[in-house]
Amino acid sequence: MSLTRQDVAKVGLLARLALTEAELERMTGELSKIVDFVSQLGELDTSAVEPLAHPLDTRNVFREDEPQPSLSTAQALANAPRHDGSCFLVPAVLGETGAA
Amino acid sequence: MHLSERSATDLVAAVRAGELTATACTTAFLDRIAAVDGRVNAFLAVDRDAALAQAAAIDERIAAGRPVGPLAGLPVAVKDALCTADLPTTCASRMLAGYRPPTDAFVVARLRAADAVIVGKTNIDEFAMGGSNENSAFGDVHNPWDLTRAPGGSSGGSAACVAADMAPVAIGSDTGGSIRQPAGLCGITGFKPTYGRISRRGLVAFASSLDQIGPMARSAADCALVMETIAGHDPGDATSLAVPVPAYTAALDQPLAGLRVGRVPAHFGPGLDPEVAAGVEQALAAFEAAGATIHEVDLPHAAYGIPTYYLIAPCEASSNLARYDGAHYGVRAEPGGGVRAEPGGGVRAELGGGNAALGPFDSPLVEMYCRSRAEGFGPEVKRRIMLGTYALSAGYYDAFYAKALRVRRLIQQDFLRAFETVDVIAGPVSPTPAFKLGEKTGDPLAMYLVDMYTVGTNLAGIGGISFPCGFTAGGLPIGFQLQGPALSEPLLLRAAHQYQQLTDWHLRRPALVP
Repeated sequence: MSLTRQDVAKVGLLARLALTEAELERMTGELSKIVDFVSQLGELDTSAVEPLAHPLDTRNVFREDEPQPSLSTAQALANAPRHDGSCFLVPAVLGETGAA
Repeated sequence: MHLSERSATDLVAAVRAGELTATACTTAFLDRIAAVDGRVNAFLAVDRDAALAQAAAIDERIAAGRPVGPLAGLPVAVKDALCTADLPTTCASRMLAGYRPPTDAFVVARLRAADAVIVGKTNIDEFAMGGSNENSAFGDVHNPWDLTRAPGGSSGGSAACVAADMAPVAIGSDTGGSIRQPAGLCGITGFKPTYGRISRRGLVAFASSLDQIGPMARSAADCALVMETIAGHDPGDATSLAVPVPAYTAALDQPLAGLRVGRVPAHFGPGLDPEVAAGVEQALAAFEAAGATIHEVDLPHAAYGIPTYYLIAPCEASSNLARYDGAHYGVRAEPGGGVRAEPGGGVRAELGGGNAALGPFDSPLVEMYCRSRAEGFGPEVKRRIMLGTYALSAGYYDAFYAKALRVRRLIQQDFLRAFETVDVIAGPVSPTPAFKLGEKTGDPLAMYLVDMYTVGTNLAGIGGISFPCGFTAGGLPIGFQLQGPALSEPLLLRAAHQYQQLTDWHLRRPALVP
């Protein structure tokens, strides 16, 4: 096992995914297997190779700095689970768990 | 021949000539969907009334002698990863069940402007993550050639609906093979153009440096027809190429004589089904007989394609899917709302080394995020988000993500070198014909290997096309793939078209039985 339960629990929190006990158990085994598999890239000497993050050689694509049409507030809020007509509503950022 | 069996090229010409109304054409395909999709499950949404209203409006304009677009009256199905303002866009995820985008994707807007008729949204692997369409939250798609088998994925619904004559053309997207692999397994033609050739605006992002939209149809000629409408620069996608769009249909008739075709010996190694190998070799012989020359080429790092892809794609996905936060759209789990999951399985995670987060649930807001995402995403999407988050996290970034980016360059250089001596590279699209539903679902890694011949195209940002080159003894289509350099679309479409002039594999129809 290249990953421990503790590793997977930490990654779950970083990824903002609440995992059940069963998911945590299964994910530890599956992710270990996948991480072992992708680790074969370590066989290659890439010390002289530049990373390629993107297939195109374009960079800094600019447009004219002119206002363009954009979504109305109503459109932007149309799919929101909770809103008050002008803002998205979310639970308290600070405070006790479950106090929202 | 029944209307629903006619080619897109033929249907468009018939509507233009006044021999067929857009309404009759659209009705034929909607009726076919109603008759057979209960067995295939290719569609997640069909709006019959809206499609017929659109068709009627086109007919009115034709009757009044007013101009219509180049695809007037052509029914088109759209993968449910592309935004449509008048139809739900779910990515086959509970996360987006019922989501209505505020605008059409660039490609959808182009299709409408060309007077194509959008007949519905097709089923996919959730967020386009998968190779069998078994990761849909709304049910498996069944391969029309054998309903007990997978259609491939992630554009499985798009491939199956064309194979079963429910649409003459479907739009797919291809991140690691998601157009070409299902096209191969369903016996149709699927085209993944060069990265950036078609705007990604309005395509729900999976892995942004790999994602590419493309057409799926019965033939390469039909793909070329649709390409002329959907390709082109879009200022709204900074990665779309500002390069003129050639007349793809005009280039189709050039013969194969003189075409230099590369054959990679390693593509015929262990893991390749013998019937698939035989079908592909036979197609290579057909290219040779038609005047093409076959040359052995080497892609030395091809074997590292899958591990490279399964680091880069999950890393980009974990970042892209961070937008599903329960606040702006999609599933929202309220605290105490009956969600059973615990953060980190109830284990208090120890975080440090630059990862500025606390657990479990350092605030009601974080709890809402964690529970909403747990509710909304299915197992494969969670797996990939976890894998990507791990590979990008402090202490692992260089060993995994940065390493994969370096190998990606080696893979791209392999292709650039090969294309110094050949025009296209030919080989299988998948190692096996369509596999049984359920056969690979218990082993994520085995499922990842179905992409072994297709991921290189995306990593290098080049083009690829797949089309049928035969059938197994059991009656399953065998797929053939051509890969070409960046912006070689005219060449790829022409080579596939010329092969389809010599063979009729692409015209065979499934019986829609187990």
